[in-house]
Amino acid sequence: MGRYFGRKLLIYALTFFVAASIDWMIPRFMPGDPVQSLLSRSHVTPEALPALQAYYENLFGLDKTILTQYANFWVALLHGDLGRSVYLSGTPVTNVIMGALPYTLALLVPAILLSWWAGNKFGAIAARRKVLDNGFLPIGYILTAMPYMWLAIIVAWVFGSVLGILPISGGYSFAMEPSLTLAFFGSLASHWIMPFMSLFLVMFGGWAIGMRNVIIYELDADYSRYLGSLGAPSGLIRRYAYRNALLPQVTGLALQLGVIIAGALVTEIVFGYPGIGKLLLAAVQNQDYFLLQGIFLFIIVGVLIANFLVDIAYVYVDPRTRVGMRGGAA
Amino acid sequence: MMNASPTLDPSAPIESVSRRREILYFAIRRPKVLVSGAIILLFLGIGIFGPIIRPGDPNAFVGPLGSPPDSTYWFGTTSFGQDVFAQFAYGVRATFLAGFLGGSIAAIIGMIVGFVAGYTGGIVDEVLNMITNIVFVIPTLALLMVVTAYLSARGIVVEALFIGLTSWPWAARAIRAQTFSLASREFVDLARISGVPSPRVIFFEIAPNMSSYLFLTYILLFGGAILIAASLDFIGLGPTEGVSLGLMMYNAVAWGALPLGMWWWFLPPGIGITAVVGSLYVMNVGLDEIFNPRLREM
Repeated sequence: MGRYFGRKLLIYALTFFVAASIDWMIPRFMPGDPVQSLLSRSHVTPEALPALQAYYENLFGLDKTILTQYANFWVALLHGDLGRSVYLSGTPVTNVIMGALPYTLALLVPAILLSWWAGNKFGAIAARRKVLDNGFLPIGYILTAMPYMWLAIIVAWVFGSVLGILPISGGYSFAMEPSLTLAFFGSLASHWIMPFMSLFLVMFGGWAIGMRNVIIYELDADYSRYLGSLGAPSGLIRRYAYRNALLPQVTGLALQLGVIIAGALVTEIVFGYPGIGKLLLAAVQNQDYFLLQGIFLFIIVGVLIANFLVDIAYVYVDPRTRVGMRGGAA
Repeated sequence: MMNASPTLDPSAPIESVSRRREILYFAIRRPKVLVSGAIILLFLGIGIFGPIIRPGDPNAFVGPLGSPPDSTYWFGTTSFGQDVFAQFAYGVRATFLAGFLGGSIAAIIGMIVGFVAGYTGGIVDEVLNMITNIVFVIPTLALLMVVTAYLSARGIVVEALFIGLTSWPWAARAIRAQTFSLASREFVDLARISGVPSPRVIFFEIAPNMSSYLFLTYILLFGGAILIAASLDFIGLGPTEGVSLGLMMYNAVAWGALPLGMWWWFLPPGIGITAVVGSLYVMNVGLDEIFNPRLREM
């Protein structure tokens, strides 16, 4: 088990190192001069340009040697300093992202956990049951093939525009100020439902199809057939098959994280939900590179933490990793 | 799919004709493959011939503002008077291009890494595995958005290149596992003992025996590249010139098609992507059933 976690942690540490280094490298080694391109997009008088140029070069630390720049980058990073947001008039990037993070987490965490749980249950029930299977399979494939933002658009259109029962845009009513009142929480909840629902649906389709395919395979495995030939009730066989089929689904959760987070970002954009996704769009539109790179690092850290949680869960569900044998995900 | 070792038939040459015939036999009797193939061909047709029917700039302001579909503007117009069908046709073309280029680049990298790691083993395998794991954990879209944001002029080829460079790890892993199990077979040993150089062993002994598996992997990479490209375009990091389905969706959302109820603006791009990617997935399953007789339903 120590070896298992040691190996995982080494990979995560390396990943963070590589990702952070890429983050540092991109503005410096991409074709073109980032300072010049920032200058050409800024709307200031020609007289102010040299001052602005000096400011940006100082900000990037371009006047120092490349190694010093790299060392400074890590020092700043480990102090939690990701630079300042240009478009939000100099607010530290860390603060800006921290303000948006709760909204994204409030969407993502319940959507991932609930869709995983419900999708697995449903997939296990649908497998090898003709009517359910034939009815669900096409729907499941359509759901997984849908771009996240398009399902979000459809949900927003149906419930927000055609039926008009839920608000289309924002994290809470524009008429309100964030406060600890019941009315505000009600507004939060009503704005939360649609983005949550569209995230949930896309993921649900994926998990259900995954579970269906694995459990069909497990129901054909020797142990299932042996149990069947002993006359065990099919409910019991299914229960055993389900527990075995869960293992690849746990691994799948880790593999899908990047896609899921990307999906959450674009879903937020559709609903104008004030999380990281909306921040990302604003950063792109305003050429706010520090904010963009800060978001990138936050996503990486989030994915690494989530991966580690999945690893812990895997030890819990797969006894083989506990006794030091190599389990499926090692 | 996990257990796909379908075509491990060492005595290939004599039986390959009958096997090809067998695949064809099952392919035309498999509604999954037929229907999904037809849908892909339909959209490919739209992508190829649509821009010919509607020549000129798809972003030009040609028609009435925000009118629903009619006989002149088949898919209606945007609130600026752009022809939605023209945008759709060009967007479908861009979608196929992104899928083809991105999927192909990812497949090539995945195959090289997977074959080399699985066949060579040892320290090379360890190093390649480490690299694969690192690229695997980094969320593709997050990386792409930082990279593309710094490119002031982006084309679809550049976009596809970056998608290909970041989306290969799972394919490399799958191919490595398959190569690993094939590399210890007798016919591979025989080739190796006879002094056949490694690249030849990989391409003439191992690769042909997992060709169906490679093809299925390619289909999934193709579909994945389309979805990633759509998300990038939707954030505004797609090609700076021209149209794409993701960009259409972004414009529809940005210019209030939702509250205005202009369904003809935001439905077609999503239907296009969903139909193409969904057909690719279904075709993957259907072909898997053909290649792997154990999955065929009795």
